[in-house]
Amino acid sequence: MHPFTLERPRDLPAALAFGAQAGRNDAPAEYIAGGTDMVQLLQEYVRRPDRLISLAGLLDNRVEIGPQGLRLGAAATMADVAAHPRIIEQFPVISEALLNSASPQVRNQATMGGNLLQRTRCPYFRDVGYAACNKRAPGSGCAAVGGENRWHAVLGTSEHCIAANPSDLAVALVALGASVEVRRAGGDRTVPLAEFHRLPGDAPHLETVLEPGEVITAITVPASPMARRSHYLKVRDRASFEFAVVSAAVALDMDGGTIRQARVALGGVGTKPWRVPRVEAALAGGGLDPAALRRAAALAADGAQGRGHNDFKIELMQRAIVRAVEIAGARA
Amino acid sequence: MTTAFIGQPVSRVDGRQKVTGAARYAAEFDLPRQAHGAIVRSTVANGRIASIDSAAAERGPGVVAVLTHRNAPRLPYSPHKGAVDPQVGERLHVLQDDRVSHQGQPIALVIADTVEQARHAAALVRVTYTPESWTTDITRVAPVQPTQQKTDQGEVRPPATRRGDPEGALASAEVKVEQTYIHPRENHNPIEMHATIAAWDGDRLTLWDKTQWVHNTAEEIAAVFGIPAQNVRVISPFVGGAFGSSLRTWPHVTLAALGARAAGRPVKVMLSRREMYYGVGYRPHTVQQVALGASRDGRLAAIMHDGYQETSTYEEFSEALLNASRFLYSCPNVDTRHRLARMNVHTPTYMRAPGEASGVFALESAMDELAVALNMDPVELRLLNEPERDEFKKLPFSSRSTRACYRAAAERFGWSRRSAQPRSMRDGRLLIGWGMATATYPMNFAPASAMARLLPDGTAEVTSAASDMGPGTWTSMTQVAAEALGLPIERVKFVLGDTRLPNAPVHGGSLTMASVGSAVQAACRKAREDALARGGANDLLEAVRRIGQPVEASVDTNPGDESQRFSMHAFGAVFVEVAVDPDLGETRVRSMVGAYGAGRIVNPKLTRSQCIGGMIGGIGMALMEHAVLDARNGRVPNANLAEYPVPVHADTPPVMEAIFVEEHDLHVNPLGVKGVGEIAMVGVAPAITNAIFHATGKRIRELPATPDKLL
Amino acid sequence: MSSDEITRREVLVLTAATGGLLAGGQLMWGPVSPAAAQDAASTPTPLEVMLRINGKEHRLTLDPRTTLLDAVREHLHLTGSKKGCGLGQCGACTVLMDGKRVKSCLSLAALMEGREITTIEGLAQGEVLHPLQAAFIERDAFQCGYCTSGQIMAGVACINEGHAGSPEEIREWMSGNLCRCGAYDHIVAAIQDAAAAPSATQGG
Ligand SMILES: Cc1cc2nc3c(=O)[nH]c(=O)nc-3n(C[C@H](O)[C@H](O)[C@H](O)COP(=O)(O)OP(=O)(O)OC[C@H]3O[C@@H](n4cnc5c(N)ncnc54)[C@H](O)[C@@H]3O)c2cc1C
Ligand code: SF4
Ligand code: FES
Ligand code: FES
Repeated sequence: MHPFTLERPRDLPAALAFGAQAGRNDAPAEYIAGGTDMVQLLQEYVRRPDRLISLAGLLDNRVEIGPQGLRLGAAATMADVAAHPRIIEQFPVISEALLNSASPQVRNQATMGGNLLQRTRCPYFRDVGYAACNKRAPGSGCAAVGGENRWHAVLGTSEHCIAANPSDLAVALVALGASVEVRRAGGDRTVPLAEFHRLPGDAPHLETVLEPGEVITAITVPASPMARRSHYLKVRDRASFEFAVVSAAVALDMDGGTIRQARVALGGVGTKPWRVPRVEAALAGGGLDPAALRRAAALAADGAQGRGHNDFKIELMQRAIVRAVEIAGARA
Repeated sequence: MTTAFIGQPVSRVDGRQKVTGAARYAAEFDLPRQAHGAIVRSTVANGRIASIDSAAAERGPGVVAVLTHRNAPRLPYSPHKGAVDPQVGERLHVLQDDRVSHQGQPIALVIADTVEQARHAAALVRVTYTPESWTTDITRVAPVQPTQQKTDQGEVRPPATRRGDPEGALASAEVKVEQTYIHPRENHNPIEMHATIAAWDGDRLTLWDKTQWVHNTAEEIAAVFGIPAQNVRVISPFVGGAFGSSLRTWPHVTLAALGARAAGRPVKVMLSRREMYYGVGYRPHTVQQVALGASRDGRLAAIMHDGYQETSTYEEFSEALLNASRFLYSCPNVDTRHRLARMNVHTPTYMRAPGEASGVFALESAMDELAVALNMDPVELRLLNEPERDEFKKLPFSSRSTRACYRAAAERFGWSRRSAQPRSMRDGRLLIGWGMATATYPMNFAPASAMARLLPDGTAEVTSAASDMGPGTWTSMTQVAAEALGLPIERVKFVLGDTRLPNAPVHGGSLTMASVGSAVQAACRKAREDALARGGANDLLEAVRRIGQPVEASVDTNPGDESQRFSMHAFGAVFVEVAVDPDLGETRVRSMVGAYGAGRIVNPKLTRSQCIGGMIGGIGMALMEHAVLDARNGRVPNANLAEYPVPVHADTPPVMEAIFVEEHDLHVNPLGVKGVGEIAMVGVAPAITNAIFHATGKRIRELPATPDKLL
Repeated sequence: MSSDEITRREVLVLTAATGGLLAGGQLMWGPVSPAAAQDAASTPTPLEVMLRINGKEHRLTLDPRTTLLDAVREHLHLTGSKKGCGLGQCGACTVLMDGKRVKSCLSLAALMEGREITTIEGLAQGEVLHPLQAAFIERDAFQCGYCTSGQIMAGVACINEGHAGSPEEIREWMSGNLCRCGAYDHIVAAIQDAAAAPSATQGG
């Protein structure tokens, strides 16, 4: 690890004063929460901040559910959120996305805030033996385009970066229309999760809209009856403890056998958590018959671009949507 | 009091140490004043180091020394080839010149007070290269004929063999299968990462090292440094898995010793997981063409098996890829041809069931394709082509229990309920498939020595410089010793893993039990007889008490001519059930039954562990493992344990069975044992892909069978 | 591909990727910028850290970069916790933190003050093994033993959490602990045995 000064501030204002910046690779100061992604990046020299500011004990870790919806404190752990009985009951897609993430140990350590800000698993990003990675070293090129890219995104890519966002949680949350509460020294703001992550464009090293010094304090999810009938489906090479090859989060509002409204988002395929409104619209008003689902799911491929090894994801993600809708639709 | 321990399910004698964390592995023998070494590795596939600037690293806090090719001492690198080293070519020399032949080659060593300081200073070494043209795309290399083909058991084979008229027989065969099978590069990935602690005392060197062969490590390092082998002591009581990765003495061991010399204090080097993909070998990528010709009634008329594998530019590593095709089935016309693709990579090495694991994948896939073409049950096809003797070596088998294995495994599995038609078995949405394959692995017997020491208090210490990377050498040798001595197991202490102990052969190729076990048995018998004779008593305890001082017996055992008289192999059969999600392409193994003819089973508890472990390894090979070699530059982007998936708990089939058919082999070695460590991995991958075909109608000819291949 | 077969675009990327004649091709651990090189000499301020491990307090002076795993292994010589990756990917380093299982390689030691850490060395009560330790021996739930400490610590937590109800459940909840020797089947059996033993939820 690059040498850093470890700050253990007493309260949040003291932490904010350091002006640390999450989610970009050239920041001289960064926060550390559960550390489960940060320590990997430090160990492999992907991140080399001079200052590391610990958020331990500074942020809310409560889970609250009220008539307005759900509020997850940024410091709540993946394990606690996944196991919360009312989340299991009212927001199964969130619990399922978390239980299908990482391992029990990591879930005990990792926080909500950190989860949304974990960096891509693009293996070129994580191997500094590759000089070319625009996300890690702006302007250096992209080793994945024209390289081994089975791991990479097919949606929202640019010629400068095709890295997939790795978070399962974020896929579930973006489907449910979640928002991120952000605090900086000057005050608070709320950003819809759909607008929180940036597309890579020509600046893939900027991953979110966070400004220097801002922290995530909470995630809110609006109340919705749809969330009860929701499901997270994850496809992977081995049976557990692996990032998604492809995943789908689905929430349905059903009227008998008819879908009144649907929410659909995809993981493993997008450069950010990828909601597919056109699929949602096509599902609305239809039933659960396979042909109709298939037709609606096909709209997810809009604008998708494979790079060779990851071409199969374009087909697989449609099938994942179909299956996830079927499972959610079959829920009471 | 019973002292019949061979065949008993004795619990591991080192179990308590392992479950309490007391067992110490190579990196855990910290010495006073020990410093830490971190290796800087190349990022070009071929070329020369143009400049190397270590000034910033040298200024780093805690840094003791930075060694590069410019300041490192020239080492003699005297000729030395252990049985585990490729016989053709020359091992990689470290820090001796500016040449770089592959990615990840060690080019500098930083020594510092703490591991954090060493790692960071290594990151500060600045290197520029003059790249030269490189070859890192196996699909564009013209494979060449190797000088020889060698099995991991040291047996030398011609790279090409031929009997009968294979082309003619194939051309006129009524039914044919001709296909190409690809097996990607795989890494051993033992959970313990390789580590060495080196400490000099004058011109004597002690190494605490992760090794499957302490004596060979001592000899190799002695040759590298030009010192007598007796001056090098290697200690390695526990090995945290290896599967072949610790057979050779890799460059980091030399670097630890070099660093300790330069620093004038003990140095510990532990590789990172990423480094494990660049410095301790791997199972090579192989491309195999198999052509089978048969008569309508299923008799094999021709087998042609042509395979090539990657190797480095500086050594010819060739594995026994084609071994099984030469004798597994009866066939008058056989042609095998082995070639090497020389690339700018580091030298591959033996990995669990080397050669057989990949070669049998191709052969047994092709046999399944033939069964489909013949519309014949795959077990039936194999039974029809069962040979009477080894038709390649023209020798009888010392024992061969294939028929019993097919029968036992098929029965336990319920094979007779299989419906032959692909896609004919379902469980809800899932397609169910049943598949099988044959397994085989050669058995050898190498010279070994052991010493038994009976003490007046009626206890015994038995020693041999063997290794235990997991199969349970500590325990099984204690059993053999206790039985031969006629003492209760608690009174016998077996010690291994130190060059001060009597010579043992390499711990690999499933030959430890046979070789070391036979030596241990002989030494213990001799000690017992000596004690009884000298003590003049019929009771051993009485005899040693009377003698009043230790009674020692050392024995060297040597293989006889059995390998000239017999073809010696373990055989087995694996049956699996898979469930494939036809929409999402995910395959999960639901049940796996293996039956093995493995001679005498010294400890059924440990042997079962080894077998199910090999089967799990086979699941990894079949469904997920693939070290991706970036064809553009020879790096391995997924060099970790997240993007290189290995099986986890959830991949374990709910049903796992290992059956040991009764087998008495009077020839293979004095104990009548055959190892199972390797054979348990053989045949698993083809059984799984054959089951996938049965489930889906899709033939997977390129491993691993990931979802993308099954959409 | 061999180097002469690549397109111009790839040449650009590759030259950068492989260092070429450019400076700064340092490697496995990162092209370090000149700025970073300059402050190389700056020692990170060592921190006084009080760690509570297996019921005992240890006052250590640590580099802020030291992980909890390296602190116990390299500084306290408690080598029962194993390092199989240092990246959270294998589980060999599993310890209990305030009774919950965590991967100690992913925690900075200096952030563990005030936490109660239990390692494999703290599991047995003197000479009496924890039921899961005993079950591991009985079931032969290991081979090389290197993943074993982590499996046992994770297994103890798995039982305490109530996730040891069935083999399927255990398999899913133990999947963060790799065993390359493939002892999974026996580990699950050992956890089932221990979960059924009366005192299994004590210890740890
Ligand atoms: C082996 C392994 C497997 C995994 N598998 C999966 C998986 O399958 N699916 C999945 O979704 N995830 C997976 N993960 C990733 C895991 O979910 C994340 O590492 C974790 O959620 C990060 O949370 P943390 O609290 O540990 O964040 P940290 O590692 O502490 O921080 C991550 C980033 O977030 C920033 N940050 C943290 N909190 C805040 C805050 N409140 N405000 C502003 N910035 C903040 C940090 O500066 C840093 O940039 C896996 C991780 C590991 C180690
Ligand atoms: S895909 Fe993005 S993260 Fe990966 S190498 Fe290209 S620029 Fe870097
Ligand atoms: S060493 Fe911590 S998970 Fe591998
Ligand atoms: S026992 Fe060897 S890795 Fe699990």
